[in-house]
Amino acid sequence: MNSMLLILIPLAGAALAAIWPDRRTRPLLLPAVGAAHLALCLWLMAAPAAVDPAAWLAFDPLARAILPGVSLLFLVCACYAASYLRLKEQGNRVFVAALLLVLGLLSTGHQARHLGILWIATEAVTLACVPLIHFTGTPRAFEATWKYLLVGGTGIALSLLGSICLGYASLHGGGSGDITFTALLAHGPILSKAWVMTAWVLLLVGYGTKMGLAPMHTWKPDTYGESPGLVGALLAGGVTSVAFTAILRVKSVIDAAGEGAMADRCLLALGLFSTLTAALFLLRTRDFKRMLAYSSIEHMGILCIASSFGSAGVWAALFHVWSNGLTKGTLFLSAGNLQRAAGSASMDDARGMSRILPHNSRLFVAGMFAITACPPFGPFFSELLIVRTGLAGGHPWAIGLFLACLLLAFFGLSHVVFAIVDGRPRLKKPDPAHLRETAGLVLPPLALLAASLWLGLFTPAILKDAWSAAVLQLFPLP
Amino acid sequence: MNDYLNLLIGLAMGLNLLALGTSRLPVLIRAVGAQGVLLGLVPLVLEAHELDWRLVLITLATVAGKGFLIPGLLHRAMRTANIARELEPYIAYIPSLLLGAGATIAAVALARHLPLLPEHAGTLHVPGAIALILTGFILLIGRTKAISQVCGYLILENGIYLAGLLLIRSTPILVEFGILLDVTVGIFVIGIIVDRIQRAFDSLDTRKLTALHE
Repeated sequence: MNSMLLILIPLAGAALAAIWPDRRTRPLLLPAVGAAHLALCLWLMAAPAAVDPAAWLAFDPLARAILPGVSLLFLVCACYAASYLRLKEQGNRVFVAALLLVLGLLSTGHQARHLGILWIATEAVTLACVPLIHFTGTPRAFEATWKYLLVGGTGIALSLLGSICLGYASLHGGGSGDITFTALLAHGPILSKAWVMTAWVLLLVGYGTKMGLAPMHTWKPDTYGESPGLVGALLAGGVTSVAFTAILRVKSVIDAAGEGAMADRCLLALGLFSTLTAALFLLRTRDFKRMLAYSSIEHMGILCIASSFGSAGVWAALFHVWSNGLTKGTLFLSAGNLQRAAGSASMDDARGMSRILPHNSRLFVAGMFAITACPPFGPFFSELLIVRTGLAGGHPWAIGLFLACLLLAFFGLSHVVFAIVDGRPRLKKPDPAHLRETAGLVLPPLALLAASLWLGLFTPAILKDAWSAAVLQLFPLP
Repeated sequence: MNDYLNLLIGLAMGLNLLALGTSRLPVLIRAVGAQGVLLGLVPLVLEAHELDWRLVLITLATVAGKGFLIPGLLHRAMRTANIARELEPYIAYIPSLLLGAGATIAAVALARHLPLLPEHAGTLHVPGAIALILTGFILLIGRTKAISQVCGYLILENGIYLAGLLLIRSTPILVEFGILLDVTVGIFVIGIIVDRIQRAFDSLDTRKLTALHE
């Protein structure tokens, strides 16, 4: 029941936001609902309840391992949004309601234990993000939204086809065609092999599009580049994690059907290709928000690589979901502040930002070092664990290529970041309201950076337990 | 039963070719709508021996959604954008038709080699689904107007819906409705974006959407 509240509270909040009369006080609903959601998440995490195996929606170990991180990210972004929306003259009814809707649907997607419900939640969250992406209202934003809808919609349609194929695998093997994960796992050995493989390819392409894996990543730079910073943070840390959960859940079915080795090879190849593509594009991008999108593609690739290394790899991947989500949040929020002050996200126009927004520039540089895996931030420890797992699993070539990509990505990111921060400022027509560094716009990214640091240095035991329980759910002991 | 099933799906496959061969958007939208009605009736034929309220409800909702509501939304988007023709497609109409015919033949040939249950082999059910999905992709790739691309997306969705009917006995009604609702809301949202693109770019030609690139 409490797990249903995780879905119902944000949905009720969204309904309330839609009828709330006052534009100035409406954004305050965001931190209020976010705080309630996080409190409930942490409470459920500390006192895990037994999960009914037949339930369609439940706060099961996999949801427990990821959803609290998404909830934390949402709360910080919600606090930021309250200050951000104060700067904007335009109406925010749809924006606030859609943000809360996204939180409710993310909670549904993470807790879905039925392939159909999982698909419905993922498609709905895709649609709920649309008004967030074109909030700025520029023609470029609508162009980005169109690409997001068309590429994302086609990808998500393929994952529905994959879900049907998995159901048919059960039907063809003599099962009932029931597509709850419990039933599919129970029918594992009898599932029809040909249909299982078809389903895996379609589901990997479909949910991979939502995650932004290369070569299905084309929507990502446009969307992240044109949407407000806080939306980018939520897309990169929240929406992608639902798609990753979906892939992990499906992969456990493929393992049960005895095709795990093939699935691992697919994940490794796709992960390495995404990391390499992102690293190469990072070397030539000149826009610091598109740069963050490529960095997100790189980290989605890293998650895939880690998941192909068996149970220890999945543990490291869950760790990386947290460290990447929180660190990317810092970068997106501070990038949003820098973009507003400079009036552009291109390094040709935005220069010398350390003299204009010193605090934000410091945060942006620190976030850049954190995301490129410099110690002692979270990503360093999670990526170190991935490297060690890969070497122990006998994948020296994959790890070699992976490390080379990380180095290239570091060159690309540091080149753009320092070009923006250093140099002589040249603003055309600065808006004084955007040049003030208010606490409401600086503290949220700082909090996320602190969370990333805390995650790296003192990974809490409760999180480690949650990740271990999730690994046990995905790889049940024989 | 199989005769009626083959008739419905065969007609839907014929509408694929109409959709690929026409340059007029109203015809394209009507073809997609008619396809939605035909496919909406398929559950009744599949389960003719044990009709119940659940099945009738699904049929009514699908026919209303895919056959009338979604085409209505597209007609409105088309009227506000004030365009009726797709003049310069990436893939011209005759090549599109040939590709579509090739896809249909390939779908029938492929379905023979798929491991199917005896009750699904020998009908047009699986070949129809594959042909619809391929036609949807040809339209998505080959057209430049936003509305034609949305029609391609709908034919793709129709194909997936037809494939989903293979599991009709095991899919709960809630899931069916959720999927239908998502698709309808999706088209509604796309309609709004199409309207905004028209206002921002003064055109619905997606070739003009080129500001964002590397």
